[in-house]
Amino acid sequence: MTSLKSVAPKDAGPRLVGRSGMTAKPEIMSGAEVIIRALEDMGVDTIFGYPGGAVLPIYDALFQHSKINHVLVRHEQGAAHAAEGYARSTGKPGVVLVTSGPGATNTVTGIADAMLDSIPMVVLTGQVATHLVGTDAFQEADTVGITRHCTKHNYFVDKSEDLCQIMFEAFHIATTGRPGPVVIDLPKNIQVADAPYVKPIGQVEHRTYKPQIKGDRALIEEALELMAEAERPILYTGGGIINAGPAASQLLREFAHATGFPVTSTLMGLGAMPHDDQQFLGMLGMHGTYEANMSMHGCDVMVCLGARFDDRVTGRVDGFSPGSKKIHVDIDRSSINKNIHVDIGIVGDVGHVLEDMLKLWRAKAYRARPQVKDWWAQIEDWRARDCLAYAQKGEGILPQHAVKRLFDLTHHKSPIITTEVGQHQMWAAQYFGFDKPNKWLTSGGLGTMGYGLPAAIGAQLAYPDALVIDIAGEASIQMNLQEMGTATQYRLPVKVFTLNNEYMGMVRQWQQLTYEGRYSSSYSDSLPDFVKLAESFGWTGIRIEKASDLDDGIKQMMETDGPVFVDCVVEKLENCYPMVPSGAAHNEMILGPEGASGKISKEGQALV
Amino acid sequence: MSAASEDIARHTMSVIVDNEAGVLARVIGLFSGRGYNIESLTVAEISDDNTVSRITVVTSGTPMVIDQITAQLERLVPVRAVRDLTVEGPSVEREMALVKVRGTGDIRVEALRIADIFRARVVDTSTESFIFEITGPTEKIEAFISLMQPLGLVEISRTGVAAIARGAEAL
Ligand SMILES: Cc1ncc(C[n+]2csc(CCOP(=O)(O)OP(=O)(O)O)c2C)c(N)n1
Repeated sequence: MTSLKSVAPKDAGPRLVGRSGMTAKPEIMSGAEVIIRALEDMGVDTIFGYPGGAVLPIYDALFQHSKINHVLVRHEQGAAHAAEGYARSTGKPGVVLVTSGPGATNTVTGIADAMLDSIPMVVLTGQVATHLVGTDAFQEADTVGITRHCTKHNYFVDKSEDLCQIMFEAFHIATTGRPGPVVIDLPKNIQVADAPYVKPIGQVEHRTYKPQIKGDRALIEEALELMAEAERPILYTGGGIINAGPAASQLLREFAHATGFPVTSTLMGLGAMPHDDQQFLGMLGMHGTYEANMSMHGCDVMVCLGARFDDRVTGRVDGFSPGSKKIHVDIDRSSINKNIHVDIGIVGDVGHVLEDMLKLWRAKAYRARPQVKDWWAQIEDWRARDCLAYAQKGEGILPQHAVKRLFDLTHHKSPIITTEVGQHQMWAAQYFGFDKPNKWLTSGGLGTMGYGLPAAIGAQLAYPDALVIDIAGEASIQMNLQEMGTATQYRLPVKVFTLNNEYMGMVRQWQQLTYEGRYSSSYSDSLPDFVKLAESFGWTGIRIEKASDLDDGIKQMMETDGPVFVDCVVEKLENCYPMVPSGAAHNEMILGPEGASGKISKEGQALV
Repeated sequence: MSAASEDIARHTMSVIVDNEAGVLARVIGLFSGRGYNIESLTVAEISDDNTVSRITVVTSGTPMVIDQITAQLERLVPVRAVRDLTVEGPSVEREMALVKVRGTGDIRVEALRIADIFRARVVDTSTESFIFEITGPTEKIEAFISLMQPLGLVEISRTGVAAIARGAEAL
């Protein structure tokens, strides 16, 4: 069995003593130097940023230090998403450095994105000098106020003596417990003032912030008894498993195999369980598989591991898995009983809890009940519906087919896949299989169009030799297209594979299914010539228009050194199925166009 | 949902926080951002060195919502402890109000008489007005205010609730 201690990335990295614990004699340097030294001492090798007046001292300190690789993006939103991509693919915190005012406000979408997807990130924002704060000074924005509710925590540094402490504390908070973004707002005078620097030693101790790692033993025992009694069990897993480090994914696999229980995953959890494992039912939720959703609906014991009963997953709450006892393991106590009432809530790191569960299952020689066999027979029936089947006919490329071929032709390289947001994102989740964690980077919680390209850049920086592909839509990709220049500058061979349907497809699909086909502002008009555009950035551009050219186009993309933009022209009006319409329960899913009505109740309309 | 709305109850919570800049904004923003209501909120420093503050929030919700509020408050980094005084046993709740009443003649006498029954103190007076200071549980303050309404009440200032658990245990 894998031991967590050796692998979990969280256990690496800096350790901080309490506020009073900095005992060594401090070195005095400028605030800007403290920032850089702290980053270096915490092992930060890459930061994503954009300069401006309020961070010039930090950029100057950076200039004089060669250890840290600063990646100059083209827009601060790109820096935030790139840091997310870096963090999601490595498990290490992503670091962003931007100027005050517009620099800071441009990062807000990325910060909110990291908040909802629990991505460890530290954002350093410049600020006007403390004596100017509150005067509407040039490029002043209340960054701490603006980001208060989309950060895990944020700081305004008003004394240079506090700077060192705050730097280490911020990383501790960003990376432990339920990870998330932390903003440090840095007035310019603090950056130039004398400031003490001491590298803290030992275990991090924060006075009030103490995430619970170990799960309650008695509750774990109770949960296992329930599982051993289950006739129709299911493991419902989420992004928490990815955040808990690669060992947690390994433990999930071992636990699933030990129990023989079926496993489904949220969008964020893909890769924790291998896509081709016999026990894996695929993704659940709004565009999840028939077998996953029907199993969730019909189970008698549901074990939620590091997922959060998001509304995309549950569908109509009062119709959600009505007959099951529910167990929920989450490191964030506020996730338990937030949307769905559960019978047993276990607060703790899902990796640690899985380790305890596995030990206990073996120690007590538990066996799944014989009825679980019948449950599997039922599941196999659902699976036999083959809900993801599609019929590729003729030369018009079905988007599902494009993703399927992309997967078939690239999976031997174990690529890192990022996505934008829309139908293509769902098709990527459905047709691209993952067998390892940290290979699938997508904006799940916030659903941010424009995430994929900068996230791919961040991942490629972390893994220069990996194949990194952004599966994109032609509308989303235009939201952070400027980052193509970043890829060129840093010689990052990212691939953008755009499913070009000339529509904001997901919007159009909803309009078709719920607004009787009134396509209000969802057509992608005036598109650029993506091939020429790519070439103008020094990329290679490839256009694929016919099904018979698809494989060659994909191979050409892979064989081309350097960044490549593939404009894959697909069928314009294809819809993404299966689908649980908003306001419906899991067992009311639509499997294809036959089930779609074109109308929806007022309640359904209100649900987005 | 009608079933849920019947379970809605009023809760008084004590939140002990590090007294750092913005901490009150975090707590208030959490309530407004997540759609919880605040019936009353008081805050003041409570330690000698000014590093700790106590916030008393009166809110209402179903048991599930109240549990969420507690969990969400605990998630805030500067929060040291959260206690739901309403469920954790008996507690003492007090608030203070300053009530200005304007009038002459009979209603003025009547106002004074009622104030006496409520043990409200007169803290300011002019020939045509009084300011009463009244302390007590919220219901008492509200009863007093409604009686003053027809007697020339013109202005109210209330502190909101301060609360503490009964008995020898300390938070
Ligand atoms: C920043 C942002 N704005 C708006 C939306 C709403 N939205 C969700 S999907 C979508 C359409 C995406 O179109 P495209 O990128 O072409 O992908 P497709 O659905 O066609 O695959 C829109 C507008 C969003 N998710 N993010």
